[in-house]
Amino acid sequence: MARRLALLVAALLVAASLGACKSNPTDEIVIGEFASLTGGTATFGRSSDAGVQLAVNEINAAGGLLGKKVRVVVEDDQSKPEEARTSVLKLLKQDEVVAVLGEVASSRSLAAAPECQRAGVPMISPASTNPKVTAVGEYIFRVCFIDPFQGSTMARFAAETLHAKSAAILRDVKNDYSVGLADFFRDEFTRHGGKILTDVSYSEGDIDFKAQLTAIRGVRPDVVFVPGYYTEVGLIARQARELGITVPLLGGDGWDSPRTVEIGGAAANGCYFSNHYAADDPNPVVQSFIQKFRQKYSEIPDAMAVLGYDATQVLADAIRRAGATDGRRLRDAIATTKDFPGVSGKITIDDERNARKSIVVLKIDDGKVKFFSKVEP
Amino acid sequence: MKQLASAAFGVAALAALGWLLDRYLNAYYLNVLVRIGINIILAVSLNLINGFTGLFSIGHAGFMAIGAYTSAAVSVYGGPGLHTALDPITGRAGADLVLLTVALAAGSALAALAGVLVGVPTLRLKSDYLAIGTLGFGEIIRVLILNLDVVGGARGFTGIPALAGFSWVYLFVVGTIVTVHRMVRSARGLAFLAVREDDLAADVMGIDSTRFKVTAFLVGSFFAGIAGGLFAHFDAYLHTNSFTFMRSIEIIVMVVLGGMGSISGSVASAALLTLLPELLRGVGEYRMVIYSLTLIVLMLTRPQGVLGDRELDLRPLVSRLRRRRRQEAV
Amino acid sequence: MNEFLQQIVNGIAWGSIYALIALGYTMVYGVLRLINFAHGDVYMIGAMVAYYAARALLAPETSSAAAFFALLALSMVSCGALGFLIERLAYRPLRRAPKLTALITAIGVSLLLENGGQLVFGPDPKFFPQLLETHELFPGSGIVVTNVQLLVLAVSLTLMVGLQILVFRTRVGTALRAVSYSAEAASLMGIDVDRVISLTFVLGSMLAGAAGVLVGLSNPKIEPLMGIMPGLKAFVAAVVGGIGNIPGAMAGGILMGLSEVLVVGYVSSTYRDAIAFVILIVVLLVRPSGLFGASLQEKV
Repeated sequence: MARRLALLVAALLVAASLGACKSNPTDEIVIGEFASLTGGTATFGRSSDAGVQLAVNEINAAGGLLGKKVRVVVEDDQSKPEEARTSVLKLLKQDEVVAVLGEVASSRSLAAAPECQRAGVPMISPASTNPKVTAVGEYIFRVCFIDPFQGSTMARFAAETLHAKSAAILRDVKNDYSVGLADFFRDEFTRHGGKILTDVSYSEGDIDFKAQLTAIRGVRPDVVFVPGYYTEVGLIARQARELGITVPLLGGDGWDSPRTVEIGGAAANGCYFSNHYAADDPNPVVQSFIQKFRQKYSEIPDAMAVLGYDATQVLADAIRRAGATDGRRLRDAIATTKDFPGVSGKITIDDERNARKSIVVLKIDDGKVKFFSKVEP
Repeated sequence: MKQLASAAFGVAALAALGWLLDRYLNAYYLNVLVRIGINIILAVSLNLINGFTGLFSIGHAGFMAIGAYTSAAVSVYGGPGLHTALDPITGRAGADLVLLTVALAAGSALAALAGVLVGVPTLRLKSDYLAIGTLGFGEIIRVLILNLDVVGGARGFTGIPALAGFSWVYLFVVGTIVTVHRMVRSARGLAFLAVREDDLAADVMGIDSTRFKVTAFLVGSFFAGIAGGLFAHFDAYLHTNSFTFMRSIEIIVMVVLGGMGSISGSVASAALLTLLPELLRGVGEYRMVIYSLTLIVLMLTRPQGVLGDRELDLRPLVSRLRRRRRQEAV
Repeated sequence: MNEFLQQIVNGIAWGSIYALIALGYTMVYGVLRLINFAHGDVYMIGAMVAYYAARALLAPETSSAAAFFALLALSMVSCGALGFLIERLAYRPLRRAPKLTALITAIGVSLLLENGGQLVFGPDPKFFPQLLETHELFPGSGIVVTNVQLLVLAVSLTLMVGLQILVFRTRVGTALRAVSYSAEAASLMGIDVDRVISLTFVLGSMLAGAAGVLVGLSNPKIEPLMGIMPGLKAFVAAVVGGIGNIPGAMAGGILMGLSEVLVVGYVSSTYRDAIAFVILIVVLLVRPSGLFGASLQEKV
């Protein structure tokens, strides 16, 4: 009996140690990705993962990077911040990835970034907009706008282009992206002499906004700023029109998804939102991406997918330029990304490791999203 | 005196082990070990309320949240002041020790207070209503915290000093287990079980069921607050998404699986249910489906959990091994 | 004044959804003393069934009352079947077990439906087909009421009345009431308790399914986790009205909808989700038997 027990323990130890020292074959470049594939925000995680996978397939089809195949290890953080950290630790220590892609939600990026920083492994977030994310350290980057830029751009758009003197804000209180955008919109709009008549909120997941919209209707604003995600925006637009609110609704890149127009229907017409790119942009980079995405997934890509794709491509470009995958050189290469032709615009990484891109303002007209204007950084 | 000496020895050994692990163990493994520890504290403290006293509380995450955010706020806002005052006397490390102690004390005290505030009014409710009532409290707490900008709100609470590691967490693991064990596995502790079985009968027998229920809530939420504070100072970041009622349910699954009335059961299942998702990362998509099926199957086939009311007793196994060895020697 | 009336309309419309879900909850609780956590998820399945059926069977952009009622019937039947299955497989074996065991199982079933739903349907939100054209009923009055909102209210009221008639004017209903007072005594009187309980589940789930379709129609975004919050809040509504009481569930639902909308409209929108639970706790502490419930000797 004792012998059997000893054998069992020995077997377990061997198995554990085998599992532990997993050295990557040297003919592969392993990158890590953490995303919310399950849980409350699974729809965003899956979108960004779709973009990443498409990019990796493309890169491998074209011969890989530095003569090696690229393998992406995806970990699900279940929409929880502490799981994000654990997932990233696993990627760093077990899979020994050379870089990490993630996450869409700023809260999960903030939970995981310190580990990447500590390990000296570059992390590129596709869509986290909280300024604090890249402030964690010099190894943390992002390829999207930060809240101040988008929020204030839309405020200026409202004041100068739409000549709005007053606005109402309907923010998603559960979502720091929405809260951040709303705050910066507020600041910039009032700086332009506009008045914020009311600032009400909803929670991610709500389906009834009539109470808040009725209050908004009562104050008669010139525009309504709805910096939320497409998951709610469609319904908000619909219910706003039902209640008789005819003024334009404004939003941010969280609106970018075919669902906005699908769920919003005719109610979405006459609304504007800021985004990284316009789907009707004849630029071949944009068009070929949309085509490839539709071919692989039978769906029109949304902002998360686009950014996931671009984050991967920026990383690949940096690996090529660095000619290496070790942390320091890769980090420096990413930091010097200049005018990279991403789907979401020409990406230049600035000194704060944020992406400097132009913003496009899109208008929804006749059930279609159309390019309206461009704003340079 | 001997107890004090062995306790001091234990603490020193734990500190040494923690230091060693921190230096030499893969950070991912260390992370999992620490999370196991935090989950053990949560499971054992919940078992006191749900398992031993029979109060079906689904709001444990709320108490954890209170502990987490309170202690984090103390560290973030009180930390600098404390450091300026104490650094010259105790040095940075010493001041950190004091800071974490104060933070944890504040967090757990507030959590315990919340436990009493929640417990007292809901005690007279029947089990299903108590369940929904505590669920409600958990949600209210979460929504309140979400709207408090001073602790980050929707953006999350950053800047929390990472003061808690293996040693601190396992110090409290031992503390929780010893405390709960002392409470329930004693002559007086039988009162908890009496209240669980039939509180009316217990009252008739002269046991103040209300007092025992409140005590269970108080101690249970106290340790949940400790777990929260350790969680905050280990992850160094807080967001209310970590304290939803799904978290409460996950802890309940641990308690139910291990056996509602078995401390060692809770320890084992907390460890298992923290480890398993890591080992099963490949099938992550199906994790929650597997969880829910396990819950259903468990309730249908063995609702008392693996250990039921008993504790894990290795003595028969040990004596069998001894006998075998003696036989082999002969 | 206009705004206030509009908010009242909003509240009643929203509340009638809660009422519809609450009816099913209260029925099951009345008979089985079990909080069927999975109820909110059956509601989600109802919406999903109608969504996929519409996509498979109807031409896009179909908008007809016939199509709507056909899909409504289909959803109700499917959910009834689902409810039957759940009761049979997960709850019946635990009839004699302690309350907590059944409660935990109910939580398990709920999680299974939610996460299974995410796997099967995908976590992304879906656009529910506009089976009925929405139009305002009193244009120009300044108060917006749509035909769909009125339909939801009408269906809720009709089902409530139907349920009341069933429970108080039919033999089946008498059996149901008997089982809710004492299952043992009822079985001694020759009532097939198993069949009655199954029937209760089927009925309750059918109501949940109907609610799912109606919500899809009035708020056309559906996704696998859509049942969690409405489910919980509908349970609160049932408690507020008096658990086990059918008109109570209706009243509770409307009341919940109104309070939510009025607080969001006039006080603060940030605490919307918490409002329901605050109401619950207040009711549980002050008048646990609810508005219409009978005061029980036994402590609740």
